[in-house]
Amino acid sequence: MSTVFSKSVPGREGVWPDAPKTDPLDFIPATLLRGGDPRLPSLSELDVVRHFTALSRKNYGVDSNFYPLGSCTMKYNPKFTEEVGALPGFARLHPLLPQLPGGGEMAAGALEVLYEMERFLCEITGMAAFTLHPMAGAHGELTGALMMAAYHADRGHKKTKIICPDSAHGTNPASASIAGFDVVSIESKDGIIDPAALAAAVDDETAGVMMTVPNTLGLFERHLPEIVAICRKVDALLYYDGANLNAILGKLRVGDAGFDVVHLNLHKTFATPHGGGGPGSGPVGVSERLIPYLPVSRVEKDEAGRYSLRYDHPKSIGYVAPFYGNFGVVLKAYAYILRLGREGLVRVSESAVLAANYLRARLADAIEVPYNRTCMHEFVASAAKLAAEKNVRALDIAKALLDKGYHAPTIYFPLIVKEALMFEPTETESKDTLDAFVADLLDILAQAETDPEAVRACPTTLPVGRLDETHAARAMEITDDL
Amino acid sequence: MPYIPHTPDEIREMLGVVGARDVAELFDEIPPALRPQSLNLPRGATEMAVRAGMERLAAKNRIDMVSFLGGGYYDHYVPAASDLLLSRGEFYTAYTPYQPEASQGTLQAIFEYQTAVCRLLDMECSNAGVYDGGTALYEALMMAVRHTRRKKAVVSETVNPIYRIVLATYTRNLHLELVTVPHKDGLDDMEGLAAAVDDKTAAVVVQNPNFFGNVQDFTELFAHAAAKGAVSVLSCYPVLQTVLKTPGAMGADIATAEGQSLGLPLSFGGPYLGIMTCKKALVRQMPGRIAGRTHDAAGRTGYVLTLQAREQHIRRQKATSNICSNQALCALRALINLCLTGNEGLTRQAARSIENANYAAWKLCAIPGVRLVNAAPFGNEFAVVFPVKAKLVARKLMDEGVIPGFPLGRYYKGLENALLVCCTEKHDRADIDRLVRRVENVL
Amino acid sequence: MQKDLLYTKTHEWARVEDDIAVVGITDFAQEQLGDITFVELPAVGDTVEAGQEMGSVESVKAASELYSPVSGEVIEVNGDLEGAPEKVNSDPFGEGWFIRVRLSAEPAGLLSPEEYEEIAKAEH
Repeated sequence: MSTVFSKSVPGREGVWPDAPKTDPLDFIPATLLRGGDPRLPSLSELDVVRHFTALSRKNYGVDSNFYPLGSCTMKYNPKFTEEVGALPGFARLHPLLPQLPGGGEMAAGALEVLYEMERFLCEITGMAAFTLHPMAGAHGELTGALMMAAYHADRGHKKTKIICPDSAHGTNPASASIAGFDVVSIESKDGIIDPAALAAAVDDETAGVMMTVPNTLGLFERHLPEIVAICRKVDALLYYDGANLNAILGKLRVGDAGFDVVHLNLHKTFATPHGGGGPGSGPVGVSERLIPYLPVSRVEKDEAGRYSLRYDHPKSIGYVAPFYGNFGVVLKAYAYILRLGREGLVRVSESAVLAANYLRARLADAIEVPYNRTCMHEFVASAAKLAAEKNVRALDIAKALLDKGYHAPTIYFPLIVKEALMFEPTETESKDTLDAFVADLLDILAQAETDPEAVRACPTTLPVGRLDETHAARAMEITDDL
Repeated sequence: MPYIPHTPDEIREMLGVVGARDVAELFDEIPPALRPQSLNLPRGATEMAVRAGMERLAAKNRIDMVSFLGGGYYDHYVPAASDLLLSRGEFYTAYTPYQPEASQGTLQAIFEYQTAVCRLLDMECSNAGVYDGGTALYEALMMAVRHTRRKKAVVSETVNPIYRIVLATYTRNLHLELVTVPHKDGLDDMEGLAAAVDDKTAAVVVQNPNFFGNVQDFTELFAHAAAKGAVSVLSCYPVLQTVLKTPGAMGADIATAEGQSLGLPLSFGGPYLGIMTCKKALVRQMPGRIAGRTHDAAGRTGYVLTLQAREQHIRRQKATSNICSNQALCALRALINLCLTGNEGLTRQAARSIENANYAAWKLCAIPGVRLVNAAPFGNEFAVVFPVKAKLVARKLMDEGVIPGFPLGRYYKGLENALLVCCTEKHDRADIDRLVRRVENVL
Repeated sequence: MQKDLLYTKTHEWARVEDDIAVVGITDFAQEQLGDITFVELPAVGDTVEAGQEMGSVESVKAASELYSPVSGEVIEVNGDLEGAPEKVNSDPFGEGWFIRVRLSAEPAGLLSPEEYEEIAKAEH
């Protein structure tokens, strides 16, 4: 399908405002003005609508396909939250308004959403305070790492290292690095953190430990109390990567369990849409002792119930976002929490964990599940045997699933399992969907035994087959003009 | 239970297959000591009730006032088709395109977005977008630091002050030296900037139009920076780039921008769109996702995420950035908007904004005691100086239903009497006349 | 297995002739990396130190640091690799060479072909 630029026809009228009466040249000297033309496409509204409608038809989305991507929590995005996000009272609000005198009162509804959302997240996680500013999960991790650095600097500690298990998501060490830390990786044992390995790696220079519960294998970190104790001994802060929160909503509050810093992914656990790769939102929660370092501004409520922004927090790390975070995303998550309520959120984790175990139980005979015990909301299978015997790899199984109308599970992550396939069904998929998926996956695995070539040829029913990624990287054609 | 389809029968069946007595058993590994000490949340509510509640909250926000607030975030007209196309579930409920064969819609859209912003800014390469204009500027600085292996940055004080605070926050632990060159009545001190750029400088960072709305030419400064081996970074305003000399024409190595003005709602601070473009020589330093064109075995054209080896999921602690998300839906929105307005539409938005701003400036300055902060050309925004504190003027006008602009004293010492006033094509003469009348009354 | 070369445990090789060494990565390394898409090398005139990072190699799925096996001054860089990085895959010990170094010290601590073979086998 050709690009929108090649569909351009000079003279086609799009959606235009009235023409100006003057020319920019009347106000600005020619030397400061643009020489050439921006060569944006010249299209009618129908041209544009046809083009993007056609593009959308080449995409798999949760609305059309089962999407068991491990670690991503591709749950259904409730439509009413889209309406809420588009309410003019929110959508048309300028971010600088509360920074004007009396402006806080004029954005009272928005400030109330921020304040109440913080309270909800505190209650859900057991943390003492939250910032909604980070604009994605990785951004939350960086914010958390910056606060950890500030905490230690404030106490005159010389803390240079952060420890991550080898199963950690790549953003964990990347974020720690940007905050100025060296990263030490420790080997997991039996799929989870080994307290002995941790104790050996921890010393007086350890600023913190970053981990997630359940971990990236979907396993519960059963040595958590020991891990907390090891950290406390050297005043290392314990960081929770909230990517997997969907498994423990209402069953475990990480603040109660001893975590000091927590980031959440509203676009995972709290059902805001993934958007093809963003926007997300990554709020960060802290324990009492880290509150002074939270980014500014912070929302406050006085005895009269009036909300305002306060910037005067001298130990704050500063601004991690230009304003108050991805407000449009926070709105949707807030509405979702109101809809589900206490009992709904608890049912989320129960149903997510049940669905994942059901899928695991139904597949464990057909494909290797390295840690085949009760999992949480996701589990990891390995195609290593199939790869060795039939040269059918995790990649091939993923592509074959695409042909059957499913988005593939996460593949080749976590790194500690060879030919990994990570399945996370989520709580919003019906048993019928799971059963159909199992049947189709079993078909693929059977076909891999008898006709591996056919599996390696997948996908064959989509607009394109497997694409030459080497050519893409070498040729570097990243615009229509290169 | 909303959104959870399991019936009691189905739950029983699934438990049977799993071999568990009840759902609680699946959580046995969580010891009693780790269970929540409290979970004080309201009961769930119907969709109808939640919507009504949110509408009540939305109604507490004053969007009925005539506003002249800008400061990098502008209220331009958004075509209706843009909202509708974006609401297609195939776009907004999709994930990051890691399985390209099932994501050609998203991937081609990213490719087209990259092309569109490169053309608009006259730059060679673009990524798929980062969180916002401020973090884009930070990432640009880090590109320069990695490329030059130097640790000093020269930043003009006329760069958005909020962005400068973000830069300081992120670079605090990285042992970088940030040198701020003070403004001169809202204009860039070109000699001061050039003098500060030496052979230890990784980057010089400026903005056009600058925070005061003034339009300048940085070509000479950038040439000087290049001679010193420093990277030139320009933060710009995409709508006005249809009319103003481009970063590419000035010789910028990296051009960033806030993409909000390209059809994204103001939305009280986000989600926004960090546009990042650069010269080809720097593209391997560029963080974030990038879509590239390629083909399959049958020769069909297709698009994939490329240069991923730089990213966090592969490099881990050695990644160019920790960025995972790319604001894909925001970039798509910007692209759709650019296609619907095209050259003519976007140029008209720019030209009408400049026209309105100049009309407003002319009429405001006709009020005795009111003058512009400087006499240099400006785009859709300008700074006026009152004989009294701008905060007081703003407060009075807001009580009368007009938000006149942004009091600069909040971020610029010595400019407590100055107000930043912005116009877009959505303002009409009547709005501006009303603003002028009210200001006249107050003064 | 090239017998006239010395190796590092990070999969670089060095061919030493008097005071000049030619450096590249091994067949095992290129196989592990997959299709090479880009090679980042030091410039002519730069100094390299044995065991220190001197650049990187990128493939579609991975990126790896390059560590210099020897110490000295870079006197030549393989210019072909910019346009044809695939030469590293097709001929890692010949056309896929990376840099030529004028040695400032005797190469030390490098592995013999047999020692390297052991390491490569263990990692497989």
